[in-house]
Amino acid sequence: MLRFTDEHEWLRLDGEVATVGITAHAAEQLGDLVFVELPKVGARLTKGEAAAVVESVKAASDVYAPLSGEVTEVNEAALSDPASVGADPQGAGWLYRLKLDDVSAMDALMDEAAYAAFAK
Amino acid sequence: MSLQASGAVSPAAPSPADPLAQTPLHALHLRLGAKMVPFAGYAMPLHYAAGLLKEHLHTRAAAGFFDVSHMGQIALTTRSGDVAEAAGALEKLVPIDILGLEDGRQRYGFLTDAAGGILDDLMVARLPDRLHVVVNAANKTADLARIQAHLPDGVAATLVPDALIALQGPKAADVLARLAPAVAAMRFMDVRTIDLLGTPCLVSRSGYTGEDGFEIAVPAERAEAVAEALLAAPEVMPVGLGARDSLRLEAGLPLHGSDIDAGTSPVEASLAWAISPARRRGGAREGGFPGADRILAEMKAGPGRRRVGLRPEGRAPVRADAPLFSAEAGGEAVGRVTSGGFGPSLGAPVAMGTLPSVLASPGTRVFAEVRGQRLPLVVSPLPFVPAGFKRG
Repeated sequence: MLRFTDEHEWLRLDGEVATVGITAHAAEQLGDLVFVELPKVGARLTKGEAAAVVESVKAASDVYAPLSGEVTEVNEAALSDPASVGADPQGAGWLYRLKLDDVSAMDALMDEAAYAAFAK
Repeated sequence: MSLQASGAVSPAAPSPADPLAQTPLHALHLRLGAKMVPFAGYAMPLHYAAGLLKEHLHTRAAAGFFDVSHMGQIALTTRSGDVAEAAGALEKLVPIDILGLEDGRQRYGFLTDAAGGILDDLMVARLPDRLHVVVNAANKTADLARIQAHLPDGVAATLVPDALIALQGPKAADVLARLAPAVAAMRFMDVRTIDLLGTPCLVSRSGYTGEDGFEIAVPAERAEAVAEALLAAPEVMPVGLGARDSLRLEAGLPLHGSDIDAGTSPVEASLAWAISPARRRGGAREGGFPGADRILAEMKAGPGRRRVGLRPEGRAPVRADAPLFSAEAGGEAVGRVTSGGFGPSLGAPVAMGTLPSVLASPGTRVFAEVRGQRLPLVVSPLPFVPAGFKRG
């Protein structure tokens, strides 16, 4: 299941673990990324808190936790090669994986069509 | 995440209710696919299709084309026709030697206020019949008013409505010389009136990227033709304000409104080098500009704080307004980052900031607070990248 937030994050659910990243629309708006900061594995995230940071030459942008849960894995490749996040934001450029407190909370987020309309 | 900040370039535009002015190259920017943003009251290109990073690197490797028509161009003319009258009048507002400036030469300087603060920084060119002054976009109305208010009878200051194009980079001279061979012989800070496509244009060998290059004042109705001719050269890529900012930051050049302002003296701004010998203590025309007492005293005694270059030790960019500390934990902030970001040519973050003079020596380690953490930075000489000016 693929879902999107109005803060331009995406989540792909596999069991009770969601992979989280920034949307292609967000990546395009941000431009070339030069720095990525990710949460620590094991960190508890509360929906809406700043969980990661992506920075372009010009600006830093917080990436908020789309739902509450515990970080199980981070994309080390994104840390060493921030440009990879911009190059493939909804694939190889994922940011971290989150074991959701409540999987059903996914239902309240936007599906791909709804997000496409929102981001227009 | 919020996507609002991603287009931010200081200084912020006035309230969104004000309609944005357009430069004579507005239609060209739209045809080139620019992302347009408000800047100092103008709709300006933030970047084009290539993006900031490529535009920056291309300028350092070949040549970048910039529309800087939003900047203020002010002509000072005299009824008598004697430019020295205008030079003498302007010297009352700036701590630089304009009477001694040769015809066809340009000098960097600043308007100071009575407290010794920098109201704006500028370039003054001396021409046979006038002075040509280029000031920052956000300050041009105030600068013009200040200059006009201090001119004696017989000297006039008017805004020049020309477009202003910057062509910057190691290939800039080759490109411009194909349109006008005479530019090849110009040296850094030379100014000439030169025909481009049959139109007389004011060309100076200068810029604000740290590279060799030119700034070209073109009559507005001919701006697009000249721009198209420059952009047709294979070496040239259009470059937006985003890369203009990262280029000037790497070049160690201060941005008025960010790194320097009315609360900063030229000495605190590490710009004392620009104060001409003739205007310093013991000079032929010592003082005689606003704030001279403070500025000249500070040149002798040394300032309490200074603008410095800062290189973060880690990968994380440290941006404007981050507080600076002398220690990794505890203590009060001792300074502030005034510009910061990522330097594409260095492949590393770079910043400028203000620190107490005791902490301002190159090699000194300080800490910036970023997202609740203190990140180490080293005070570094400016510029971060060597300048490519044609001084010879």
